[in-house]
Amino acid sequence: MDLLEYQGKQLFARHGVPVPSGRPASTVEEAVLAADEIGYPCVIKAQVQIGGRGKAGGIKIANDRDEARAQADAILGMDIRGLTVHELWIEGASEIAAEYYASVVFDRSAKAPLVMLSTKGGMDIEEVADTEPEAIARLHVDPLLGFQDFHGRRLAFEAGVDGDVVRPVGAMLAKLYEVFLAEEATLVEVNPLIVTPPASGDGGGREVKALDAKVTLDDNALFRHPDNAALRDISAEDPQERMAKERGLTYVKLDGDIGILGNGAGLVMSTLDVVAQAGGSPANFLDAGGGSKAEAITSAVEVILSNRKVKAVLFNIFGGITRCDEVARGLIEAFHQINPEVPFVVRLDGTNDVEGRQLLAEASLPNVHTESTMDGAAQKVVELARDAA
Amino acid sequence: MSILVDGNTKLCVSGITGREGTFHSLRNRQYGTQVVGGVTPGKGGQDVEGVPVFNTFHEAVEQTGANTAMIFVPPRFAADSILEAEDAGIPLIVAITEGIPAHDELRAFQVLKKNGRSRLIGPNCPGILSPGKANVGIIPASFFREGNVGVVSRSGTLTYQIGNVLAQSGFGNSTIVGIGGDPVPGTDFIDVIAMFEEDPETELIVMCGEIGGDAEEQAAEFIAANVSKPVVAYIAGFTAPPGKTMGHAGAIVSGSRGTAAAKAEALEAKGVRVGRTPTQVAEVAVSLLGAAA
Repeated sequence: MDLLEYQGKQLFARHGVPVPSGRPASTVEEAVLAADEIGYPCVIKAQVQIGGRGKAGGIKIANDRDEARAQADAILGMDIRGLTVHELWIEGASEIAAEYYASVVFDRSAKAPLVMLSTKGGMDIEEVADTEPEAIARLHVDPLLGFQDFHGRRLAFEAGVDGDVVRPVGAMLAKLYEVFLAEEATLVEVNPLIVTPPASGDGGGREVKALDAKVTLDDNALFRHPDNAALRDISAEDPQERMAKERGLTYVKLDGDIGILGNGAGLVMSTLDVVAQAGGSPANFLDAGGGSKAEAITSAVEVILSNRKVKAVLFNIFGGITRCDEVARGLIEAFHQINPEVPFVVRLDGTNDVEGRQLLAEASLPNVHTESTMDGAAQKVVELARDAA
Repeated sequence: MSILVDGNTKLCVSGITGREGTFHSLRNRQYGTQVVGGVTPGKGGQDVEGVPVFNTFHEAVEQTGANTAMIFVPPRFAADSILEAEDAGIPLIVAITEGIPAHDELRAFQVLKKNGRSRLIGPNCPGILSPGKANVGIIPASFFREGNVGVVSRSGTLTYQIGNVLAQSGFGNSTIVGIGGDPVPGTDFIDVIAMFEEDPETELIVMCGEIGGDAEEQAAEFIAANVSKPVVAYIAGFTAPPGKTMGHAGAIVSGSRGTAAAKAEALEAKGVRVGRTPTQVAEVAVSLLGAAA
């Protein structure tokens, strides 16, 4: 689960990571009130889970109340790369002396947390990694040992951060690791991590702050973090994906017009590929799971067909624990309940395949075609979708 | 020969008294696997159709000499159960459970690595089948027969799909190993491919990968440097959009990393044949075996 910037910053604050103080707002009025409380100049930031908000005009400075009102009005409802802005985050404007990058990621390849630090902050880090890999200091942490102070110092010196902020940067890395561990995140990223100019008056040192926050939490661990689980932004979810989740189905919406149902994540992914190779365009990924009963199949058909773009549906079942006769019963029941208008292609193979095919033959459902191979079924469904277009 | 499980496997199942645990333990026993015990805390002294239940893995090992553990408990208890089996000194642990928190998985992996006495297969995997010898897990054994093709896969159903086409062409398997669809598998392609390379019965290796991580790329390097037997690969997820988890927790393209195209390219660059469809993988395997026969 990806958090919005402000949700990430609230988590940061709870663990002592320094962040600018701010307030969320979902209406222009709330935004103006928040800006008044925070004081001017302040920054009004669109809260959407996508990069490039600044370039898209989703982050603006307001120097007074009128500007705050105008900016909030312009940003709310704005479309940023396909996502509508429903929420704003208003925070005090920060003075910036330097921009760094810091992150803790779950490194699958090394099977250990990886902490990264760079003085090339404020830009796309994948690009920095490609063009100047030496500009990023990296360190794997033994999860059984945890993040030690020396890790922070070593990264700070290696990355070449300014001498006066080695300690605060190291301390921030330790806190970010704490967020990663305590909240069971798979990604904690700060870009930019800023260094502020010296505080006015004598002897004021420079400070570091997290000016952005990108946090991904492990869905499998949310049961231990009910507060975090409640942050799930239902309004931002696709309606079909939400419906599928409520029914306990694994569904991912795609751009095409061929509905797909299969059993097992690998087989469904493979089915999408084979359909694409046959010239078709899948409308979704749907894994009905192992041991699916008839009701689950009926329910899945409803989810697939609730996407109006779907012109034809492919069932690709290789029964292991899943029984093909149960799948056939579920499909027959779905036809009784919702009487679909689009054609279906059904490939049943594996456990009880003969019984399943016989049930379908006896039911003689309108517009249901059976195929014996995965490749043949993919070709057939692509033809049918093309005819319907 | 075969790898990991065979006639000497003595299986102890954590979660044997649960619905799924009971069902699959008994199916494994029916196949011929020696199921010597089960573990359910608080139910020690009972039995499941004659299989004795113990309170701890330590007790089970002491009483039965179990050398393989299968983990069937719900996700929130699974890492603990893996660590208990490891602490009891069981050399092979097969974790079927799906949905284990990633940080739990990471810690368990690191402990096993540090102590170096147990191998973990999975989690989130269908288990291991050595046809004609032993079945540990949920792989439907009826689709597979004894033979000389070793299969290692991140996906269960894809394995059945490929195994079925092989069987229809008259070929069978030495061992089928499901390494699972999670981000931190206890055992990777490389480990299993190395075992198949050493196994005299295995003449050809099929590896089934998917999007996410870089285990396939690592395998490509390893195969080029260390493997003399032919390897045929399949990669699922060419059409998966970035940032979306495709069913398996580990099946996700992050930014531009972990794509199917990059994996297929890495394998082909090292001379590994990559089938475009599961059917094609089986056909390539059959043609290579046919030519060798």
